[in-house]
Amino acid sequence: MTTWSSDANKTHKYLTIIMMMNFNQYSAPTDSKLPEIRKKAENGIRLDPVDGLALYESSDIIGIGTIADAVRRKRHGKKAFFVYNQHINYTNVCKNRCRFCAFARDKGEDGAFTLTPEDVAERLKSRADEPIREIHMVGGINPELSFDYYLELLATIRFLRPLATIKAFTAVEIDHLARIAGLSLDDTLDHLMRAGLSMVPGGGAEVMSRRVHDALFPEKIDGDRWLEVTEAIHRSGLVSNATMLYGHMETKEERIDHLVRLRDLQDRTGGFSAFIPLAFHSRNTGLSHIARTTAFDDLKTIAIARLMLDNFDHIKAYWVMIGEKLAQVALSFGADDLDGTIIEEKITHMAGAQSATGLSRAGIREMITGAGYIPVERDSFYSPVPDGDMI
Amino acid sequence: MKILSDIAIKVEENRRLDPVDALNLMRHADLLFLADLAGKVRCRRHPEPVVTFVSDRNINYTNVCVSGCRFCAFYRPPGHPDAYVLDEETLRGKIEETLALGGTQVLLQGGMNPDLKLDDYLSMLRFIKSNFPIHIHGFSPPEIVFIAEQNELSIEAVIRRFIEAGLGSIPGGGAEILCDDIRSRIAPGKCNAGQWLDVMRTAHRLGLWTTATMMFGHVETERHIVDHLEKIRSLQDETGGFTAFIPWTFQPANTQIDVPTAGAAQYLRVLAVSRIFLDNIDNIQASWVTQGEKIAQVALAFGANDFGSTMIEENVVAAAGVRFRLPRSEIVRLIEDAGYAARQRDCFYRAIQSAA
Repeated sequence: MTTWSSDANKTHKYLTIIMMMNFNQYSAPTDSKLPEIRKKAENGIRLDPVDGLALYESSDIIGIGTIADAVRRKRHGKKAFFVYNQHINYTNVCKNRCRFCAFARDKGEDGAFTLTPEDVAERLKSRADEPIREIHMVGGINPELSFDYYLELLATIRFLRPLATIKAFTAVEIDHLARIAGLSLDDTLDHLMRAGLSMVPGGGAEVMSRRVHDALFPEKIDGDRWLEVTEAIHRSGLVSNATMLYGHMETKEERIDHLVRLRDLQDRTGGFSAFIPLAFHSRNTGLSHIARTTAFDDLKTIAIARLMLDNFDHIKAYWVMIGEKLAQVALSFGADDLDGTIIEEKITHMAGAQSATGLSRAGIREMITGAGYIPVERDSFYSPVPDGDMI
Repeated sequence: MKILSDIAIKVEENRRLDPVDALNLMRHADLLFLADLAGKVRCRRHPEPVVTFVSDRNINYTNVCVSGCRFCAFYRPPGHPDAYVLDEETLRGKIEETLALGGTQVLLQGGMNPDLKLDDYLSMLRFIKSNFPIHIHGFSPPEIVFIAEQNELSIEAVIRRFIEAGLGSIPGGGAEILCDDIRSRIAPGKCNAGQWLDVMRTAHRLGLWTTATMMFGHVETERHIVDHLEKIRSLQDETGGFTAFIPWTFQPANTQIDVPTAGAAQYLRVLAVSRIFLDNIDNIQASWVTQGEKIAQVALAFGANDFGSTMIEENVVAAAGVRFRLPRSEIVRLIEDAGYAARQRDCFYRAIQSAA
């Protein structure tokens, strides 16, 4: 308790006052397991999978959110981060054709595209006057592309954006790159880093369940391989993120298991920076009958991630996925990061996302201030950047 | 913060908050602190874990309006090419469709149209009541004040005539912010705060139930919001005639007020403070029409116990570029997902037995 920040103490005090209130004769939606979980969280005792499931079972999102917010404040106070970034999707041609994806195309199919390094250069140049700190680049598994193509993409970005961090290629792509390069993971990563790769995004983990893998993304690497590749990424000295695609056919047990596997790897490597829950969007996918995730599920997932992943610094409320409004609210439910001022987001919008395709810097600051938090524009590694600085 | 813990204790002891308490909550309390208090007040008032909704349609009988509110994207001035007044056949079609979809009421609202006479309104009401078994929730206070002035009648006389012709209840629209310094800036042509309250007082006295609303997120400050809540609470002390309170946020697109859209956090804060402060109003409604279904669902954890309407048709918010659509099955799914039973209600918040 003594290590808690004054903010956390304050929150705890309110909580205690409220808990003391005699509302017992009314059917307040409190859950009997919450006090025990709160005590664990307060004392830094790791939650086990049973705790995680109990949180999912509860409808008391305010109770869950309050615990997660206290943990979040202990780590970050009232800071909420965002990054000025640019997204580049270099190809949508993908041999994996996961059933939950609205973005991928077969080679030659209507709407299929692959950017040349020159196309990528054009995109960067078109925003040359913006203070972009991070280039986020991911794409499909396109068998036509050579390892040199990827190296050239990185070199192009490094040349045109020398001060931006290149965060590129999920573990799925890196696994593919090692295959086409005919190199070990370690050597592949070494080449990529020499060409400019500085960080790895968290996509492609989906849900690490054999059952879901076989049903929805049998062509893609499975959870074991994803962890193996990520371990190599961390071994190479690169930091990476982790994601979880939820709201399709996975069970709550599978979600919790996914979080625990991430937590275990993080114990070994310490290489994860942020966890980003990705709410599944079904439109234009092979699963279009599945309804959108609810706000209760989105908020619980963020809060539970904050509580289960006690060794992750950052939990991201990715506004592209859950909308700007809910992302703002999520800052009170354990999230400390809103990702970026993205323009040109394609993957989620092709699946029917209703969020804007880009937010301005002022807009994102206003979102954070309006939620009662302090906006901090960051670089890829969460160092604050001077306001309005151009690079 | 001691101020806040004192307020929490007041709420616990079921003592009334004064306006300064509400102001302190608005200014200093964390989002989840407000939610926790609001949730507890809601549970005390509605111990059953039930969230209600109504099935109805907005019928905007005319878009002609001389009020010229700067926040409105729906109205057209008289003589404008897009101006309309609905005829009986159109009304008939809309109501038949509403009934076929399980609707129980229509929300009848229009602009302040100088070409319509008292008899036009009365025959519209009679036409609906004589042809359809449907509740008419209609004519917000600005319309009633306007009709009274146009016809040189008292507010009471207009409401009496409307009741005789079939009006069942009055919606709380047009309240905006019940402070004349704000009204003169955003809605100078609309009835003033005193008149709005007077219509409601009169309606309650004549036996009509009404709702109350508040539109915020434009040029008001926290003080105005609290002042608004205080006026509603005082009138409710006097009459007991409000069934529900419905706060929503101003939607700036296509209007003449250039402010950023109020965020979800602000909406939820105001909603929670409304629940905590309005200790004499039973129902607090979430506004999915302005917030979208995600924040409307979250609103259930911030004191709301009603999901509003299935809104078979809605034009005014849609004119400001906001078009959320929510089928009844989706409303039920969201309510149940939040841990409540979904129950269709009528205009008086009574359960409808046949509802799923």
